[in-house]
Parts: sequence; C-alpha cells; structure tokens
Amino acid sequence: MDVGFITKYVPLYIEAAKLTLKLGVIGILLSLVIGLFCSLALYYRVPVLRRIVSIYIELSRNTPLLVQLFFLYFGLPKVGIRISSEACAIIGLAFLGGSYMAEAFRSGLEAIEKSQMESALSIGLTHTQVMRYVIFPQALAISIPGLCANMIFLIKETSVFSVVALPDLMYVAKDLIGLYYKTDEALFMLVIAYLILLLPISILAAVVERRLRYAGFGN
Amino acid sequence: MDEEITLLEVQHLHKDYGNGAVLEDISLNLKKGEVLVLIGPSGCGKSTFLRCINGLEPIQSGEILLDGVSITDGTARWSEVRQKIGMVFQSYELFPHMTVMDNILLGPMKVQKRNRKEAEADACQLLERVGLLDKKDAYPRQLSGGQKQRVAIVRALIMKPEIMLFDEVTAALDPEMVREVLDVMMELAGSGSTMMIVTHEMQFARAAADRVIFLDGGEIVETGTPDAFFDSPKTDRAQRFLNTFTFEKK
Repeated sequence: MDVGFITKYVPLYIEAAKLTLKLGVIGILLSLVIGLFCSLALYYRVPVLRRIVSIYIELSRNTPLLVQLFFLYFGLPKVGIRISSEACAIIGLAFLGGSYMAEAFRSGLEAIEKSQMESALSIGLTHTQVMRYVIFPQALAISIPGLCANMIFLIKETSVFSVVALPDLMYVAKDLIGLYYKTDEALFMLVIAYLILLLPISILAAVVERRLRYAGFGN
Repeated sequence: MDEEITLLEVQHLHKDYGNGAVLEDISLNLKKGEVLVLIGPSGCGKSTFLRCINGLEPIQSGEILLDGVSITDGTARWSEVRQKIGMVFQSYELFPHMTVMDNILLGPMKVQKRNRKEAEADACQLLERVGLLDKKDAYPRQLSGGQKQRVAIVRALIMKPEIMLFDEVTAALDPEMVREVLDVMMELAGSGSTMMIVTHEMQFARAAADRVIFLDGGEIVETGTPDAFFDSPKTDRAQRFLNTFTFEKK
C-alpha cells in the first residue's frame, strides 16, 4: 500500500466527507419532518391524505435511490424543471428517508395502548396535551432504534450521489481509481471515511437505546 | 348523604356499536355523597356505561346531565367535564415515563394551571392518605399493582372531582393487593365522596354501597339497597347472578 499516496489525497476525502455529511444531515432532517407528518396522517387515519401517504411510502420504499435521482436529475429537465445537483441529492434523500422515518414513527405511535390516551383524557387534558405529554414521549422512545438505523442507512445511501455529479466520498474514490489505478488505497480510504462518519452515530444510537430501555417502560 | 342535590342524571341512555344495543334505556340519578355500585355479568354494559359518562364512548340517544347541564348535547367541553368526573381504570394506566409525582401533577399543572409547589403539597397529602408518600419519586414499573392503582386513584382525586368513577379497579390485581385498594375506596366512601363503582367484589359492594344497581343485557334489571339486593333479590336474573358467587359441595 502506498502510504505517500494516502497522505497526499486525504484532504480530498475530507472535503468529500464534509459534503456527504452536509447533504446527509439536511436530507435526514427533512426526512424526519416528512416522516413525522406522514406517520401522523396514518395514525389519525386522515381521509384521502392517508391514501396519498400510503402510496408515497410504497413508491419511495420500493424504488432505488439511484432511480429516484435519475428521475430528478435527468427526467425533470425534460419537462423544464432544472434543479442543482445538491438539491437533487437532498430531495432524493428526503423522499427516500421520509417513508422509512414515517414507518419508524408509526410503529412507536401504534405501540402505545389506546387506554393511555383514554386515561390521560379522563384527567381533563386536551387531545393535543395528551399527545404532547403522554403519547409522544413514549412513542419516540420506542421509535428511536428504528430512527437511528434509518439515519445510518441514509448516510450510506449517499454513496450514489456521484451519479448526479456530486464530489462525494464515492465519487472521489472512483476518480482516484480511474486516474491512478490505486484501487487498494482509494478503497481503503473510502471504507475508513464511512466508518468515521457512521461509527459515532452507531455508538450514540446504542447508548441512547440502552438509556431508554433502562428508563424502562412496561407498565 | 345530602338527599337534596342531584349531581348526575342519566335519562334514557341508549348505546350501540351498530350490531345491537349495548345499553338500552338506562336512567338513573346520582346524588351528592352517594355511593352507587353497579354489578352484573361480564358484557352486561356496566363498564361501557361508565365510559359513556366520561365521554370516552359516544351515545346514540338519551341524555346525561351533570349539575343539571347536559353533557351530551354536543356543546359540552369534555376537558371541563372530565375535571369534574374522575375515573380510575382496571389497568391503572399510569404514564410509565413519569414518576409517581409527575403522573399526579400532570392534571393540576397542565389542565388547571396550578403552580407546582402548591399542587405538590396537595399530592403529598393525598399520597400520605393512601400510604404511598415514600413512593413519590418512584417510576410506575417499580410499584406493585395495588400501589399503582392507589396512585391512579390519587391522580384522579387531585383534580377534586365531584364524582369518581371506578371501573373494575381491582379486577387485574393479585388477591392480596385487592384489599389495599378497596380500603382506600372504603375510606373515600366514608368521607362523603360521590362515587360510581363497577366491581365484582360482592362483599365490598355490600359494605360500600348506598344503592346497588344490577345490570344485565344492557338494561337495569334491579335497583335496591345493598341489604335488600344481596339478601333477597327480587328478580330471577339477579338471584341467579348472585348464586354464581356461592359454593356448595355436591
């Protein structure tokens, strides 16, 4: 392995990691918002909206991000909508992540017994207060492992961003391989870079999960 | 018991889930300070009846009046009504992510907007009364069933409701914990609380009730004083129901 090559190109990876992280974080935040909204539509069985959300979830979960990005980047310009690479990447990630986050939130909401709602209402709390103080905190604790797994999954999905001409980690690695045939070094750095991005999230998720389990529910 | 004031009035209440009536033409009054015990076989509608009074189940026809005001005409604000009608459930339903104290204070602070300190003093007093002051910082999972149910009673009491509803509150408890909960309820009954109790504890019913109502098949079959009802039930159905609680060697 060529250590000189590695040290020379580390800065490229750092730049790329920053971009990956930036797009990943924005995409995740948006997907959390979309997911929350969708899960509430499903939880409350809002007529019409709930159908639309179901269709969205199926569409989003059953098509690859790569295809979704192609659609945004190459398809939309044909009908006169042109969006930047970064916007494509963020929209694509949020579109994909929203459905996964929705399912994670929903599993938490639906795990809370209906009787919790009733007993909270019987104290005189309004519906909104019940959601805020009783249902949501419990549901969130149950959803957290799923939400964390989704975050890791979404960061990994950013590796297809190179198809919309974004210099992310995957793009840099492929570039270096193409230019110098230093396959081993380029891929080694790629693996390390993803590990550095993802391991902390993974560890944090495990800690949070354990905390919540001990804070423990089970009536 | 103050004979003059009627707190709750139920008139011709009818409830069904779309496939036959669950409650049919139920009418009754509850006076201030009265302890009314509802008994009857499972599925007779007694729990549903309590849930209707607290607005957890919509009714199809009839009327429920609280302090002379209808709470079923569609204009009632349930948040206000429910502050006057406390309810305790079979499965306790404490909020597992909050301590005992926070469970109790949620209502006073968020609904009645009382300040924490003052509400906390009230809570401590009530916890003392049910013998659980030392558990105020515990989480529900650290309590036994009987302790949880006593906390649930305190959580309802702190709202200073005019009426307390008890829906089979000892049915999920181990036998040795039933007593501690019933003792609390006896003490409430003795101190002039207005209560409507659904229970299968017949000895308790007899001791606590001012009036017993026997429901079967969604309708009131018999009403009477506890002594009259348990010693000499007038109807065949009540007779047969009470027989299921006595044993003879064959």
